[in-house]
Amino acid sequence: MTADRPTTTSRWSRLLAAIALVLLPAMLVAPPATASTDEPPCEPDNETACIAVLVLNADNDRISDVAITVAGAGFTADLTTNADGPATVAAPEVGQYTVTIDPATLPDDQQLPEGAETEVTVTAQSGGTARAAFRVGPGAEAPATPSGEASDGAPADSTTTDDGDGVAAAPEGDASERALTFAQVWQQIGSGLRFGLLLALASIGLNLVFGTTGLSNFAHGEQFALGAAVGFITINQMGMSIWVGGLLTLAVCALTGLAQDSAIWRPLRKRNVPVMQLMIVSIGLSITLQYVIQLMIGGGSERILSRNPQPLTIAGITLSTASWLSMVVALVCVLGIAWFLTRTRIGRATRAVSDNPALASATGIDPDRIIRIVWIMATGFAALAGLMWGVSFGSFNWQLGVQLLLLMFAAVTLGGLGTALGAFVGSLLIGQVVELSNLFIPSDLRYASALVILILVLLFRPQGILGRRERIG
Amino acid sequence: MEEFLRILTQSMGELLAPTTAAYAMAAIGLNLHFGYTGLLNMGQAGFMLLGAYGFGITLTTGGSFWLALLVAIAAGVLFALILGMPTLQLRGDYLAIVTISAAEIVRWFGRSTLWQEWTGGASGLQGRYYKEPFQELSFLPEGRFALGPLEYINTGSDSWWTRIVAWGLVALVLVFVWLITRSPWGRVLKGIREDEDAVRALGKNVYSYKLQALVIGGAIGALGGVIFALPAAIVPDSMGRTMTFFVWTILLLGGAATVFGPVLGSMIFFAAYMFMRTGMRALAENTGVGDVITTTNVEQIGGMLVGVTLMLLVIFRPQGILGNKKELAFNVR
Repeated sequence: MTADRPTTTSRWSRLLAAIALVLLPAMLVAPPATASTDEPPCEPDNETACIAVLVLNADNDRISDVAITVAGAGFTADLTTNADGPATVAAPEVGQYTVTIDPATLPDDQQLPEGAETEVTVTAQSGGTARAAFRVGPGAEAPATPSGEASDGAPADSTTTDDGDGVAAAPEGDASERALTFAQVWQQIGSGLRFGLLLALASIGLNLVFGTTGLSNFAHGEQFALGAAVGFITINQMGMSIWVGGLLTLAVCALTGLAQDSAIWRPLRKRNVPVMQLMIVSIGLSITLQYVIQLMIGGGSERILSRNPQPLTIAGITLSTASWLSMVVALVCVLGIAWFLTRTRIGRATRAVSDNPALASATGIDPDRIIRIVWIMATGFAALAGLMWGVSFGSFNWQLGVQLLLLMFAAVTLGGLGTALGAFVGSLLIGQVVELSNLFIPSDLRYASALVILILVLLFRPQGILGRRERIG
Repeated sequence: MEEFLRILTQSMGELLAPTTAAYAMAAIGLNLHFGYTGLLNMGQAGFMLLGAYGFGITLTTGGSFWLALLVAIAAGVLFALILGMPTLQLRGDYLAIVTISAAEIVRWFGRSTLWQEWTGGASGLQGRYYKEPFQELSFLPEGRFALGPLEYINTGSDSWWTRIVAWGLVALVLVFVWLITRSPWGRVLKGIREDEDAVRALGKNVYSYKLQALVIGGAIGALGGVIFALPAAIVPDSMGRTMTFFVWTILLLGGAATVFGPVLGSMIFFAAYMFMRTGMRALAENTGVGDVITTTNVEQIGGMLVGVTLMLLVIFRPQGILGNKKELAFNVR
């Protein structure tokens, strides 16, 4: 099983993972690492994108006087590292740059580990610093694995760039490096609100499906990622305007909901297949869709909007204009869904089916029709949330769905499985937890904090904040 | 033709590969959870990762091989206790969500910079830190050995020694599981799967039995993680959700609630998976198919087919190859 391993890609991904390549978000105005150097270091602002290069040994000490070449988009710059701070250069355009290290200029006792790449590709974004780091010297982890090893069984996890990359496009550095000020907490609360609103829009569908059919739909995360992926294809690759592309994306994704219900879920309901079996079918669907998305957009991180986000400060919170707009759209949609569920005939029928399908059908409601509408709504709103996520968080990759799925489960469990309003409240809370926990724990653990909350909720109040006790069974 | 033989040999090699044994082992553990007791554990990869970490870190810090094995099992047991005690009283899908989340938490912590000096962070623990004590135990002579078309070195990473130990462990655990599931204890587990309330009415402590099943299955899963780590490195991102889902596919393919189902499932799964991928790659490289399917797409199409297989299996033949439809735990709430 040695011969057919995607060695280069997995090496590549492991290198990226190993050096913790952090793509900084354009929308968070982050305090850049200021260091005294001869040339003024590149300061990212709205028009400037920076690339910073670090050469570190195993003890995280910077190695100086290493020659680095940054190339891309008809631009080349030669840099030399110094011991005080990262070597930086302003990128002339947003886009991909290749950072190459010259191994000959490394100190003799600090050579690149065997098999390590001498090139790293970074994506420069305005208002942010793209970092490329090289690990050298004895004791540095060789990112390549010896032949005949590693991760063959689970190729999915090894063919990509850094796992957290797709969704973790937020924080700058770790909590420990930042002083805690009120402005920062306030800013994080704002980011948490954005996270929460988008999460709410995504998870309401999950909750509606659970309420009406009893299915914990593990493929819901992929429906979310599908929105971002189709949006990337229509808006970025086919060059449609965001409104046309967005509407097309929604239509396509809502159709997948309709198709799914009539091809898979309805026949299975007719056969009275137990819910647990359906759940595993949805896991199979989730795996399938994951690879379909990978086939559509590839294994790397993608951006839906190629132009630079414009920051906008409201009430002391700075987010991109697209983010603010997404938040408004999400809020309007959530309120719209609430109105739909409480005030319209179909909405009331949905709640009736959710409560008691047998009784509902006895009163003349067609549960199949309601469930079809629920599937279309669930996939449509998930896609809208995914699309807006991709737009407001900058970049995403194909793993976006699986990562967010667990946060959605956390949100709906926290709020109460099967209650529409519960998903909303739970999502807002999870959004705050994820973004605020950034201030206290290393940012690579921020999703773990939300999952810990999920488990704590199940421990102490399994029905959630707004749920009813009988639902826990 | 030569190409075809090469593909066939490679697929055959998968039948005995250590990875196949590792997945078989994990599926045996999951079988105890799902097949016999009806617990929906969606975090088997978390048990495996913890087992691998326990094993690797003990050996890296200078412990002996046997101590490392014990630590790995203890890690699985502890994880099962922490997970099971609060959640086993909840409905099945809650357990599924909690276990998948807990496995993810383990992975997030493993790849975090927080304990990098122990876990190696996202790049993981390299095999060279822990392989030596294991390979020193080998009593095989130096050199290579060929069994038909399959030829490997005797002692090393991808070696006969690794295969012998891996399948030896699987055989031991298989006997153990066979014995406990046909014991009175095992019959109580099956009773819980069929009707929890009836078993409760007979005066059995259902919760305690479920916890015992979760602990034993989790410890077996941790052993699977050890086997997975033996020929390779411990990389948290390669032991994530995909791994859990593959284990599920293997179990359902072979047949839940059967003794040999997990092993058969694992062998067929990996042989077919390898055959499909190498076959497609050969087609893409040598024929006109390459214009439509590139070699990178092969991995993705392979993954898609795994997902579709899982769906079709669950819908049309949930009992798998060896299983009995009446013995399936899906009907439990």
